[in-house]
Amino acid sequence: MKRLLFLLPIVGFIGLLGVFGVGLTHDPKLLPSQLIDRPLPEFVLPGIEAVPGGGPGFASVSIRGEPALLNVFASWCAACPQEHPVLTQIASEGVPVYGLAWKDEPADSRGWLEKWGNPYKAVAADQRGRTAIDLGVTGVPETFIVDKRGRVRYKQIGPISPDQWTGTIKPLLAQLRAEA
Amino acid sequence: MLAEIGHFALILALITAIIQAVLPMVGAVRGDGALMALGRTTAQLQAALLALAFAVLMASFARADFSVALVAQHSALDQPLPYRLAATWGNHEGSMLLWVLILALFGGGIAAFGDNLRASLQARTLSIQAMITAAFLAFSLFTSNPFARLIPAPLNGSELNPLLQDPGLVFHPPLLYLGYVGFSVTFSFAVAALLEGRADAAWARWMRPWVLAAWVPLTLGITLGSFWAYYELGWGGWWFWDPVENASLMPWLLGTALLHSAIVTEKRQALAGWTILLAILAFSLSLIGTFLVRSGILTSVHAFAVDPERGVFILAMIGVATGGALALFAVRAPLLRSGAMFSSVSREAGLTLNNLFLMAVTSVVFFGTFYPVIMEAVDQKVSVGAPYYNMVFAPLAIPLLLLVTVGPMLAWKRDSLSTLAPKLKWVGLAAIITFVAGGFILGWSNIGSAFGMALALWLIAGGTMALVKRWRGAGAQGFGGFSLRLVRTTPPAVLGMALAHAGLGVLVAGISAMSAMSAEKILVMRPGESVEVGVLNVRYLSLQEVQGANYRAIQARFDVRRGSRTRTLVSERRIYPNSRNQTTEAGIDAGLLGNSYIAIGDAQQGPAGDGLVVRSYWHPLVGWIWFGGLMMAMGGAASLADRRYRIGAATRQVLPVAPPLPAE
Repeated sequence: MKRLLFLLPIVGFIGLLGVFGVGLTHDPKLLPSQLIDRPLPEFVLPGIEAVPGGGPGFASVSIRGEPALLNVFASWCAACPQEHPVLTQIASEGVPVYGLAWKDEPADSRGWLEKWGNPYKAVAADQRGRTAIDLGVTGVPETFIVDKRGRVRYKQIGPISPDQWTGTIKPLLAQLRAEA
Repeated sequence: MLAEIGHFALILALITAIIQAVLPMVGAVRGDGALMALGRTTAQLQAALLALAFAVLMASFARADFSVALVAQHSALDQPLPYRLAATWGNHEGSMLLWVLILALFGGGIAAFGDNLRASLQARTLSIQAMITAAFLAFSLFTSNPFARLIPAPLNGSELNPLLQDPGLVFHPPLLYLGYVGFSVTFSFAVAALLEGRADAAWARWMRPWVLAAWVPLTLGITLGSFWAYYELGWGGWWFWDPVENASLMPWLLGTALLHSAIVTEKRQALAGWTILLAILAFSLSLIGTFLVRSGILTSVHAFAVDPERGVFILAMIGVATGGALALFAVRAPLLRSGAMFSSVSREAGLTLNNLFLMAVTSVVFFGTFYPVIMEAVDQKVSVGAPYYNMVFAPLAIPLLLLVTVGPMLAWKRDSLSTLAPKLKWVGLAAIITFVAGGFILGWSNIGSAFGMALALWLIAGGTMALVKRWRGAGAQGFGGFSLRLVRTTPPAVLGMALAHAGLGVLVAGISAMSAMSAEKILVMRPGESVEVGVLNVRYLSLQEVQGANYRAIQARFDVRRGSRTRTLVSERRIYPNSRNQTTEAGIDAGLLGNSYIAIGDAQQGPAGDGLVVRSYWHPLVGWIWFGGLMMAMGGAASLADRRYRIGAATRQVLPVAPPLPAE
């Protein structure tokens, strides 16, 4: 009995080594979204054209019917101008891109879009960052790919590079369009 | 040429380490004195070779020799010389070299100060130490060679991460490493004792100074790291439960347990198996700490080069070292002679309880740190944050802290609660009064902090009482029952214990005040505006741009008023163009009662003029946290200075030390 007690440390340690071994095969930088294959959290947000409460904006239910991108951006975001040409390219290929202005003054978002050009089908203001919390946004820019039925299928953290667009996102969209 | 000398010294050190790993062990098994003595020579040779290699790398950084890849990656010409030198260990390869250097220096220490060691025990210890060194040297040479050349050499290098260009970096990693690596000695001692099948009082006495030699720098290193994070990262916090912080806290907790259990083994020859287990685990957790940072298995603010290949190597090393030692433990430890019995109320029992609580606290930190890894093994991503630690750490830490003051009051072997109670009654009463007064002053919603304050008093008074008790010892005559002779002959180890326990109290006071009374405000300010933050009045004066040696900065000035005291604080936000990194240099007015702390964010241009994001904090007693850590380290150092440990255990009866106290 006493001998078994002395075996305890080594047994526990072997278990731990196994766990570490498995852990090594994972990429720590990969942060998967909890939302994958789940519907977008519900929201109805005002636009940036007018005072809060008015303006077009959009709701989560309006992203439906065809695969679309939901892009989180902000006028104060340093990486967003870098992503901007890619988004413009995506929009020009006929993919609906929705913009969510995160923790941003509507006037500032408007100024930013006037300066760089507006690739978005519609822009909603998430001034207090509430919806972003539901979406699990960790920073800007971030992009969600939503399928025909309004489910999140992919999440991109950081700006979309031209390679990611042609190599990952574009094929994924084609596949989503083919889905029933 | 220079770099090749360093590289060559590394290779020679590896060969020496392999010889040292094998021959003294063979000598110890065969009883061959010459082979055993060889270990002492090779240990010192190894230390000299690695010192040479490290000096060469430092010289390459000093001369900005960009043909050495490491120098080119981590230093730039416009970087001030002290930070070019500090860059030697501010990166993966260089820090590994520092790690093996310290390993070899400790090995040299065992050889140099081990005259009173049993020859076979010393030979075995040196051999185990050399196995660890050889493994790390191989790791260094084959996966992360610091002397790799870069041909053609660039004209200028890319610089050291600016966060690390700070006096804190000059000392923080070397101190932590001294601590981590110091536990290699106790590990080697423990494994050697298992191999010999003997873990007696003499063994524990030899080991204790080495535990202290690791514990003191580790305490200083953690304290300094916390202080550095506080003023350099600009978050205004002092502990973040980041995995890498936890990685240093765990060996510290187990080292503290080891420090106390070794006393029991030394004085009463009990708990030998437990002491050995702690020695093995303390070093294993140091290794796991290294593994954590460099393998990329966990995400942390401490961004080291992440490389799974290195992770595999370190994992294999941990597997062999810890797995081997624990297997040996399972086979050999049950055979160790178990020591004297003790009653359930005695110094031994108190120290055992202390060990159990320390072990429990370590497990809590361990579980919190590795839970994400465990969950990831089954494909789930989770993160564990401060709320978990606050919730489970405190309930375990409180009984432990209560025990700290009780332990030294207990007699060895056998004591009773009825003799204990009168000794603690005044301290207990003072603590209760503090608690009630704290409750009224801080408000009963902050009852936890009032309790913390009472606990702090309990610890500080307890530390003082341990000394008073000694100075008023049995039959003492003199002023107020104090005996000058007893004051004069108090061993440094007792002073150290009192200082360390009181330091813990100071630390607890700082933490309690910070959690109850700190205040913060974040807002956009324009020059001339002012804001109230807790007891502070912060007035934003002006903003200007400045040019540093290798950075540009915006610099904001503030007048901070607290009562009748007004100070002008300067807070900076620096941009390092070479690496396009930003750092915050917070403006801090440090005082005994607390710090005013101002960090600035981005300047904003808006229609209403130029605004600046300003975060102002009032941090009551925050300095006490680090001062408490410093006191604990000083206590450890005082204990280390105790000459009793430099004298063999055999002569112990002759010396007038620590007369066993009569059961009062």
